[in-house]
Amino acid sequence: MQQPVKIYTLSTCSHCRSTKKLLDECNVKYEFTDVDLLSDEEKKIIIEDVRKLNPQCTFPTIVIGNNVIVGFDETKIRKALGL
Amino acid sequence: MEVNELYEMLRKMQEPKGYFFSRDKDWVLEILRGLLTNKERYSYMSCPCRLASRDREKDKDIICPCVYRAPDVKEYGSCYCNLYVSKEWNDDKIPHVYVPERRSSEKNPII
Repeated sequence: MQQPVKIYTLSTCSHCRSTKKLLDECNVKYEFTDVDLLSDEEKKIIIEDVRKLNPQCTFPTIVIGNNVIVGFDETKIRKALGL
Repeated sequence: MEVNELYEMLRKMQEPKGYFFSRDKDWVLEILRGLLTNKERYSYMSCPCRLASRDREKDKDIICPCVYRAPDVKEYGSCYCNLYVSKEWNDDKIPHVYVPERRSSEKNPII
């Protein structure tokens, strides 16, 4: 059973796109939130969530099971996924 | 403005200052499309790799080229987005490390 994967991204960000591409290529199921496309109200709520995971609140913030990975770090992502 | 037009315009402006586009042109064009999206959305070319506040004054440090480009290219050979890089970075003479966010967390992001 795959551990839950959730990513916080920006629709305009290339590192975020690379992250989605890698997960797609590895056939990993994931949830994503493009934070820049949210309403201001939704954005505030989500930013608080991101800040708890990654105090710098940068994108992508990647949650794989209990691991939080900041930025498109392919080695760390693959390791956390057990690939 | 069309993305190729922006590419040529910025290249001519930035290369003489020692800032080169990454040699990965697809990557560069994606970022430039992000800049054009942000220009339409916020009316200024905010960094597409960071969340803008919609307030030009608050975002002035992340209007591309951001104020962090110079120290990031100096230290890592690349800006945060891997858009502007040094000649050495493009020639693989220095390692391509993930550039950490230099902007302070109090500023990032202000909504």
